[in-house]
Amino acid sequence: MNQANLATYSQSTWCPGCGNFAILNAIKGALAELHADGLATEDVVLVSGIGCHAKIVDYINVNSFYSLHGRVVPAAEGIKLANPKLKVIGFAGDGDAYGEGIEHLIFAAKRNIDITMIIHNNRVYGLTTGQYTPTSPLGFRGRSTPQGTSELPINPLEVILASGASYLARGTSHGIELLKSIFKEAILHKGFSLVDVLQVCVTYFNMYEYYDKHVYELKDHNSQDYNQALNKIREWDYNKEAAIALGVFYKTDNPTFEERFLADKPGEVADKDSIIKELLKKSV
Amino acid sequence: MNEISILIGGKAGFGIDKSGNIIGRLLNKLGYRVFIYRDYPSIIRGGHTFSIIRASSSRIAAHLDKVDLVIALNQETLGLHKDRLKKECFYIFDSEQVKPEAAGICGIGIPLIKYLKEENAPEIMRNSCIIGAMTKAIGLDFDVLESILKKEFHKDPELNVKVARRGFDAGKELIKMDPLSREGLPLITGNEAVALGLIKGGLDAYISYPMTPSSPILHYLAEVAKDFSLEVIHPESEISVILMSLGFSYMGKKVAVGTSGGGFCLMTEGISFSGMAELPVVIVLGQRPGPSTGLPTYSSQTELHFALHSGQGEFVRFIVAPGDAEEAYYWSAISLNMSYKYQIPAIVITDKLLGESTFNFDMNDIQDIKKEASVMWDRKSPYKRYLLNENGVSPLAFAGDKDAIVKASSYEHDEFGITTEDPKQTMLMQEKRLRKEEFLMQDLEKLSAVKVYGNNNSEIALLCWGSNKGVCIEAAQKFGLKVVQPVVINPFPVKQFQEALSGVKKLICVESNATGQLARLIREYGFNTNETILKYDGRPFSVDGLGKALEEKIK
Ligand SMILES: Cc1ncc(C[n+]2csc(CCOP(=O)(O)OP(=O)(O)O)c2C)c(N)n1
Ligand code: SF4
Ligand SMILES: [Mg+2]
Repeated sequence: MNQANLATYSQSTWCPGCGNFAILNAIKGALAELHADGLATEDVVLVSGIGCHAKIVDYINVNSFYSLHGRVVPAAEGIKLANPKLKVIGFAGDGDAYGEGIEHLIFAAKRNIDITMIIHNNRVYGLTTGQYTPTSPLGFRGRSTPQGTSELPINPLEVILASGASYLARGTSHGIELLKSIFKEAILHKGFSLVDVLQVCVTYFNMYEYYDKHVYELKDHNSQDYNQALNKIREWDYNKEAAIALGVFYKTDNPTFEERFLADKPGEVADKDSIIKELLKKSV
Repeated sequence: MNEISILIGGKAGFGIDKSGNIIGRLLNKLGYRVFIYRDYPSIIRGGHTFSIIRASSSRIAAHLDKVDLVIALNQETLGLHKDRLKKECFYIFDSEQVKPEAAGICGIGIPLIKYLKEENAPEIMRNSCIIGAMTKAIGLDFDVLESILKKEFHKDPELNVKVARRGFDAGKELIKMDPLSREGLPLITGNEAVALGLIKGGLDAYISYPMTPSSPILHYLAEVAKDFSLEVIHPESEISVILMSLGFSYMGKKVAVGTSGGGFCLMTEGISFSGMAELPVVIVLGQRPGPSTGLPTYSSQTELHFALHSGQGEFVRFIVAPGDAEEAYYWSAISLNMSYKYQIPAIVITDKLLGESTFNFDMNDIQDIKKEASVMWDRKSPYKRYLLNENGVSPLAFAGDKDAIVKASSYEHDEFGITTEDPKQTMLMQEKRLRKEEFLMQDLEKLSAVKVYGNNNSEIALLCWGSNKGVCIEAAQKFGLKVVQPVVINPFPVKQFQEALSGVKKLICVESNATGQLARLIREYGFNTNETILKYDGRPFSVDGLGKALEEKIK
């Protein structure tokens, strides 16, 4: 496949300045570089949910599966299990993945199935015009919570680490180079990987300045060490004032679901009819 | 006798189910045709559970209320089924557990525990012991039972035989069943028939979250997964089930899922997605009485309209309601075929009665199942997943093909698969998807989508669907009536249905629900029923029970 810039004819409908552009450019860059390193682009399937984030699959000229709100993960798992040689990359919103469909995320991490989830975490429902999400800070004034929310956010990385993910990272939409290198690594990682991208929604929750002030890149961090990873992940809880680490928190090598599940599957069975007959005979 | 019904009852956890199977096999071995109805509560231990094993010289697929013999492993069984017995004293019971005087009955008491102790056998072998006594009671030789026990019990077959022998020797003959000089037929449940039918249709993957009455399909396919190279997966929820299946479908794998009403509720958004994105999948919908959790282990026919209208939006779906094991096999295979030929969701409606009852299965009765090949991309022009064409079925390519980009979407989309909100495109795509129905209908004309049984000249016909097939055929026979059974529910085979009704002046609709769902459906197509016989207590119609209800309606 020879596609200079992986673009489609679809016109972008994201707001000018939206952090989704950064994710789009970073993933296109990552795919192009992986392609140059020998990854066949036809072996890539992009899966998305429903939300502003999800439009990304319309903008990339690669196989895609535009799924339902909250249902990126199970579709991605089905595609992967149907053909394990594929690289399956899911794009989901924070409402999508951490709200509507969080159970799928937990189970995919638990299985350590070899798919990559990229979360466009703008901490707001963009497409439905600005309601709070599971990662909005306490007191967030959205359209469904005009007086401010009464609940604390979850720390998604902590939840997914506890669930068994083998690769966890964070980036922001102000830092395409870091995003690109994380995406590449996450896609190549064998096992369940999740990248939480602090993607800024300029229209409903503009956090550019806040993030620029608080983020720093992880250094001297041993990503193989679970406890170090957990401590770093807990440094900022998506609510309080704290330094926000970017980079790879955790990376480990564990057996994947499909390695175990498909281990002793025979290939094509030639004569199923005669096996059916055998089974029936036994039940006389 | 050329027909017998035996009831065996006890507490859940006693092994009643297994015993019912052994009795069924025994009679099957003698050349009888067998049907086993299972009745059990939604409890693992305790609670009353029973099976009725019916054997006859002709094919049957229903039980009778009246039975010839009751085997009671506990006191409760005597009390609960007292009215069923045709002749007094035709009981075999565990004399250490059951006080016949208290229930005012008499029969053959066997001291099961005493025998087990003497043989050093575990308590669960009470079953084998009492089946030994039953074998004597129905006038059979011990060696038939012996061969079956040896086949059925991989653990300790010899001890089972020994214990059964004790029961046999202590029993006495009450009835004389003569062996018929013909072979037995395979005995399988409706759920097993569905599973095998799906395999026959080319199944690659089965995904399911446990729910009665469909879980046995999951269990069965998981058992045989290796033999057939299937991927059998039990994920976190029915929502995951249906979405995962669509992932498989996107990759061209033949996939089916199974559930019951509650799980089906969770799947409906995914079913609508299947309709929009044209991702084929077969959904087995095992009905049980609702609303809500209802009676989990009992039977009903309450999801006809739910299946018809599940999922938002308008899209083509193929729905069948098989009535016995052969139909379950055949139509499950056909559903997979049609679903993949037309890239639509297909729903196989079953219920607890069909799924968990045991039927004889005769491969010779099954019509040819033609393998339908999917239309593949010709590689000539750039690939478009949703190419507009005459029959609405766009050729397929799959991710991994270096010359194609395959884009599937739940949004309205253009031919390439990219989101559109253009009014013209929207209409074209909606029409493309709906267009398939006409071609599907033409295919159905070649199949027996509506079945007719009984007296073709009768002006009175019973109308039934799904698992009521067997009971209706038998009850109709007694009164010389005709039976009409639409197997295909959607697209509704109007022409075949009309032909089936020719000459009928009075149509009596028999359904296991409280509102007459099939009667309501046919009204949409301009057909009317004159009478309805409805049953909604979770228990299936019996041949004698339905006969009584019919007497009222036809006099
Ligand atoms: C089952 C279902 N519920 C609700 C919606 C409506 N809906 C569309 S997008 C969305 C929220 C999107 O938020 P998020 O996932 O964070 O994505 P973003 O738009 O912020 O990228 C909702 C609630 C839907 N499409 N489907
Ligand atoms: S609403 Fe927010 S997330 Fe959506 S496109 Fe606009 S800026 Fe981006
Ligand atoms: Mg969001």
